[in-house]
Amino acid sequence: MGSITLRNVSKVFGEAKVIPSIDLDINDGEFVVFVGPSGCGKSTLLRLIAGLEDVSGGQIVIDGQDATEAAPAKRGLAMVFQSYALYPHMSVRSNIAFPLKMANIDKAEIDRKVNDAARVLNLTDYLDRKPRQLSGGQRQRVAIGRAIVRQPKAFLFDEPLSNLDAALRVNMRLEISELHQTLKTTMIYVTHDQVEAMTMADKIVVLNRGRIEQVGSPLDLYRKPANLFVAGFIGSPRMNLIEGDYARAKGAKTAGIRPEHIGLSREAGTWDGVVTIAEHLGSDTFMHVEVSGIGTLTVRAGGEFGCRHGDRVFLTPDESKLHRFDDKGLAL
Amino acid sequence: MARKVSTRRKLVMSAIAWTLGILIFFPILWTVLTSFKSEGDAIASPPVFLFFHWTTENYAEVQSRSDYVLHFWNSVVMSLGSTLLGLVIAIPAAWAMAFSPTRRTKDVLMWMLSTKMMPPVGALIPIYLIFRDVGLLDTRIGLVVVLTLINLPIIVWMLYTYFKEIPGEILEAARMDGASLAKEIVYVLTPMAIPGIASTLLLNIILAWNEAFWTLNLTTSKAAPLTTFIASYSSPEGLFYAKLSAASTMAIAPILILGWFSQKQLVRGLTFGAVK
Repeated sequence: MGSITLRNVSKVFGEAKVIPSIDLDINDGEFVVFVGPSGCGKSTLLRLIAGLEDVSGGQIVIDGQDATEAAPAKRGLAMVFQSYALYPHMSVRSNIAFPLKMANIDKAEIDRKVNDAARVLNLTDYLDRKPRQLSGGQRQRVAIGRAIVRQPKAFLFDEPLSNLDAALRVNMRLEISELHQTLKTTMIYVTHDQVEAMTMADKIVVLNRGRIEQVGSPLDLYRKPANLFVAGFIGSPRMNLIEGDYARAKGAKTAGIRPEHIGLSREAGTWDGVVTIAEHLGSDTFMHVEVSGIGTLTVRAGGEFGCRHGDRVFLTPDESKLHRFDDKGLAL
Repeated sequence: MARKVSTRRKLVMSAIAWTLGILIFFPILWTVLTSFKSEGDAIASPPVFLFFHWTTENYAEVQSRSDYVLHFWNSVVMSLGSTLLGLVIAIPAAWAMAFSPTRRTKDVLMWMLSTKMMPPVGALIPIYLIFRDVGLLDTRIGLVVVLTLINLPIIVWMLYTYFKEIPGEILEAARMDGASLAKEIVYVLTPMAIPGIASTLLLNIILAWNEAFWTLNLTTSKAAPLTTFIASYSSPEGLFYAKLSAASTMAIAPILILGWFSQKQLVRGLTFGAVK
């Protein structure tokens, strides 16, 4: 129903090779997240799939059909934009009905579909309002409503939550995940926020400078990052990367250990260090510990760990969860 | 943040503004006043301002001598026709330049504007000859065509500026929603650009209404708009200031009234996008 395949896809803007060459398979019904720092080409890649930009080379196959040259409207995809891109002069009802009207569906059918979508998205009371009379979260839901009514082969989301405040963002994240559970339609979601990527994705595609660094399930990327970039990008707080004697002793250029894989004690451990900053969140305590010969390490302790700036603590890395990288930054 | 402005400064600024306003408005006021004078009062020296014998005989005379309604109608057809035709051509052109620019777009825009820099008299003889050969002299269609061409650069430029203000993502959304190019322009772009299109429409109606060079040279009687109607009063028989003023007043009144009622829209249009 909604499989998408990219073969050798590249994009060049003038002199700049934004995407040198990408191969990717997206299966029907998958929730795929493109994640990476800004300027990594994730939005460009999404726009290439949508057909809003022409590819410079390669092939895009949607549902087994070559869609490389097809107009955006002919690809059967729906898109939710960062700015929502609602039609400001139309009511919520007309906004949601617009794709159906463009498809020349009859009036009664349009009404039924719009009402269904409005019910699912809690918009029934707002159908006759204009977009400017809605809150950010409601606008986002209208944009999603406009996407779901036409039952597309796949949904494309371009950083849809980045204009919302933190609390609303968590809510919408859940709503989008639920929507995916209900519809079981392929979704491609672009974000720079690795928490969104980790919580929502079936499959994460980590992009950097127009290249795919790694593709895998959230836990694959967390447990087996293929290189230093992915190791540093996935996981919060970031993985500690240690160079020097300790790494050499482990037979690597760089050793990586996540903050949650370091044991913490007041009495004894492999390393001893001094707490420089302690962040008490209640559920967790994050500590930045200065260890001589190693550097500053971030350590995560579950629950409350009573310590302050200047306290002495002992750290023990869980060596079964140690990551090792060679001098090219690739995992060993 | 409001700036503090001293009362004295306010007074001075108001005085300057009023002086300038009256100075600009005075010729129009004088024309209207003169139109109610007898020919004798009109050329009296020193001139009489308000205390003269008021009369409406000039208006009656002007109407009986030439057909005001015909010329008025010609002006309406010419300004509305050329502006609407111009919009039909300019909306897609401005769309292309605003949302699908190429490396040469800026050059095309500058080239179009440059045609307005050329003295129109340079093109008069060729256009006159073409019009004569195809039988467009002294016809409404001929006037509409020539005024459309004259004002097209301004229409395209104005629309281009307004379209630039519209976020491209909304048009992309329409494209994703299955709108063809024509539907995208009709259902999404045009309604969003209504304020800009309205002020472009108004400004161009005014420009076309006031256009004198081409209308005077390409028409004689049948298709002659109000500009020709006024000009006919500075005739070889001598100048009749009062009648000329009455004709002028009748010619500018419709556009003045239109401008008065749409000034809000005009100002909004002319400063569109200046303040978010």
